[in-house]
Amino acid sequence: MFIAASNWELLWQWKGNLLSGAISTLQISFLAYVFGLSLGLAGAMGKLTGGKVLKGILEVYTTVIRSLPELLLIVMLFYLGTDMLNRLMLTLGYEAMRINGFAAAVVVLGFVMGAYATEVLRGAIQAIPIGQIEAAKAYGMSPFLLFRRIILPAMLPYAIPGLSNLWLNITKDSALVAVVGYSELALQTKQAAGSTKAYFTFFVAAALLYLIISMTSLRIFGALENYVRRGQPKLG
Amino acid sequence: MDFSWFPKYLPMIIEGIGLTLALLVISIFIGFLLAVPIGLVQVTGPRWLKWMASGFCTVIRGTPLLVQLWLLYYGLGSFFPQIPGIRDSFMWPVLREGFFYAALAFTLSFAGYEGAIMKGAFLSVPKGELEAARAFGMSPWTVLRRIWLPRAFRIVLPTLGGETILQLKATPLAATVTVIELYGASYQIRQDTYRVYEPLLMVAVIYLALTYCITRLFNFIERQVPQRR
Repeated sequence: MFIAASNWELLWQWKGNLLSGAISTLQISFLAYVFGLSLGLAGAMGKLTGGKVLKGILEVYTTVIRSLPELLLIVMLFYLGTDMLNRLMLTLGYEAMRINGFAAAVVVLGFVMGAYATEVLRGAIQAIPIGQIEAAKAYGMSPFLLFRRIILPAMLPYAIPGLSNLWLNITKDSALVAVVGYSELALQTKQAAGSTKAYFTFFVAAALLYLIISMTSLRIFGALENYVRRGQPKLG
Repeated sequence: MDFSWFPKYLPMIIEGIGLTLALLVISIFIGFLLAVPIGLVQVTGPRWLKWMASGFCTVIRGTPLLVQLWLLYYGLGSFFPQIPGIRDSFMWPVLREGFFYAALAFTLSFAGYEGAIMKGAFLSVPKGELEAARAFGMSPWTVLRRIWLPRAFRIVLPTLGGETILQLKATPLAATVTVIELYGASYQIRQDTYRVYEPLLMVAVIYLALTYCITRLFNFIERQVPQRR
C-alpha cells in the first residue's frame, strides 16, 4: 500500500544497514542472554541456599529491577555504569576511557534480565520433587554432580517456557539501547528512514526482521522443549 | 545528591505523572475492549477473522513496542499531512501530538497481548456451562453476555494486575516521541540542570510507588468479585 516501486529500491540500497543492525541486535541479545542466565542461575541458587543477608540482597535486586521500566533501567545503568567505571579508572590512576557501547548494552541488558531469570530458575528448581534431590544426596553425590545429573535435567522442562519468553523479551528489549545511542536494528532503521523519508517502508521492514527473529526463536525453543520433555508423559 | 531543583520542576513532574497515568488508563481500557473480540473470534469466528486476529497478536507480540511506536509516529505522522484538508480539520490538533501516537501504539500493543490471553480464557470456560446455557434456550449472544464473557473475565482478572504493571513499564517509551510524561520529565530536568542521577532516582521511586498502588488496586478489585474455590 505504502511501498511503491521506488521504495523497494531504497530498501535495497539500505539493506546492508538493516542487516548489520539485525546482526548486532542478535549479538547483543545473545551475549546479554548468556550473561543474564548466569546471573539468574547464581541468583536462584543464592535465593534457595544462601544466608539471610544474601537472600535479602537478591530479593531487593529482583523486586526493584522487575518493577521499574526497562527503558529507565537501561538509561540509569548506562550512565551509572560508565560513570562508576571511569571514577574507578581515575582513582586507580588511569585515564578515563570511552566505554564500548556494545559491551555496555550487553552488560546492562544482561543485568536487567538476570532479575527475571533468577525468578524463572528459582521457580523451576523448586518445582523438582524434593525427594529426587534427597535421593541424590543419599547416594553421596557432590553438589556439582547433583546439579549436573539431577537438578539441571529435572528443572529444564519447567524452565524452558519461561526462558523462551525471556529470550523473546530480550530481543525486543534490545531495541531500547537505541535510545542511549547504540546502533542496532531499531536505530539503524530510524536513521535509514530519516535520511530517505520513507518511514513506513523502513519501519515495516524492521518489524518484519524482528518478526522473523521471534518466529524462528519460537520454533527453536519449541524443539528444545520437546527434547527436554522426552520421556515425560504428554500434556493434555 | 542535590535536590534543590525539585520545587521548580514539581509542576512538570505532576503533569508527567498525569500523562503517564492517562496513557496507562487509555491503553488498558480501550485495549481491553479490543482484546475481547480479538480473543473471541480466535475461538469461534470464521476462519478469515481467526487468521486476522491471530496474525495481529503474532505481529504485536513478535516486534518491539519501540518499533511499533516509531512506525506509527514517523510513518503515519508523515502520511497524514499529505491528506488534503487535514490541517484544517478538527482532528489536526490531536494528530499533530506525539501523545496520540503513543496512546494508539500502547492501545494496539495491549490489545495484542491481552487478545492472546482472552483467547485462552474463552477456551478455558468449561464447555458444559455453555451447553447448559444453550439448553436453557439462550441465544448465542445471550450466552456470551451472561455466561461466557463474565466467566472468561474472572479467569483473566488475576493476570490483569500484572499486565497493567507491564503496561506501566512500557509507558516511558512515549518520551521518544516527544511526550513529556514521567520519564520524559526526568529527561528534561537532566537536560536543564545537568544532574544525571537525582531526576532518574526520583522517577524510579515514583514508578515503584505507582507499581505498588496498582498492585493494591487490583487486589482490592479481585476481592470484590466473589469466588468459590
